[in-house]
Amino acid sequence: MSKFKKDTGKDTPGISTASLPDIVFMLLFFFMVTTVMRETTIMVKQTMPEATEIKKLEKKSLVSYIYVGSPVERMQGTYGNKARIQLNDAFANVEDIPQYINAERAERDEKEIPFMTASIKADKDTKMGLVTDVKQELRKANALKINYSTRKTN
Amino acid sequence: MARRSKGASEINAGSMADIAFLLLIFFLVTTTMDVDTGIARKLPPLPEEEIEQEDSQIKAKNIYVVLINSQNQLLVEGQYMDISALRAGAKAFINNKGRDPESSDNPQKAIVSLQNDRGTSYEMYIKVQNELAAAYRELRDNRSLIKFGKKFSDLNKAKQKEIRKEYPQKISEAEPKNIGG
Repeated sequence: MSKFKKDTGKDTPGISTASLPDIVFMLLFFFMVTTVMRETTIMVKQTMPEATEIKKLEKKSLVSYIYVGSPVERMQGTYGNKARIQLNDAFANVEDIPQYINAERAERDEKEIPFMTASIKADKDTKMGLVTDVKQELRKANALKINYSTRKTN
Repeated sequence: MARRSKGASEINAGSMADIAFLLLIFFLVTTTMDVDTGIARKLPPLPEEEIEQEDSQIKAKNIYVVLINSQNQLLVEGQYMDISALRAGAKAFINNKGRDPESSDNPQKAIVSLQNDRGTSYEMYIKVQNELAAAYRELRDNRSLIKFGKKFSDLNKAKQKEIRKEYPQKISEAEPKNIGG
């Protein structure tokens, strides 16, 4: 019995924090690897419509984004509130899309071109007229694989 | 010089955790975990003049006409329809298999024709696309449950292809028009 009693008299030792940096580093590396820095500042409103029948966009490096929507509030002074198209970092016209697609193609390997997808990220309040124009331009550029960006609902 | 002889003193690593935390918080804030999802579609290539004649040979009864006007209302096969009824309507049409002489002959021949106005909202368009995709998915699921006892998405590629052959997803979009209304 006395064997057990001996310990109770002493102070409880503090929890060692020596491995704390290791744990933190582990988390740090996880976030460093998973993080994706936003390449473009989005200048159009983006409230995605919701859908259930969705697919994940694979191979992000092969996706070219086309943003459609009315300019965000701080841009409305200069650009008005009519729905517009954004390619990369600037507003563009529908006619610029084939050029944009070709520029995107030029950056990729030749054998990857058939797998390239154009992702249309349109605001849900956009009128179909503009989206149709975008689709027509994509057809002209022969970029036929498209993806309507939506959020998932159940 | 006197200190040296005692051996190099160790660097205090106590603040390493703080530095790591700082970096961690930075990456936590900047990280965006959003996975890009969406409805995948294939656009038809631009029409060439010779191909156009082919379209007229499809029997009218094999085409399920879905129109959306600028007020986001649906007209399906000449009848006003609520979006909630579209999925069931499309399923009944595709899976008709000759029962109703006015409806499609079989799922392979059935075509859904979708036409929208320039004034239709994108939200409505996606809803309709979603309902049509859901109709096809449910039909394929049903068929694969009967045939293989598994859901379509759980099948292997060869079996998926088989089911896909039985229920090909044919959604045709008309060249855009300004029907107004």
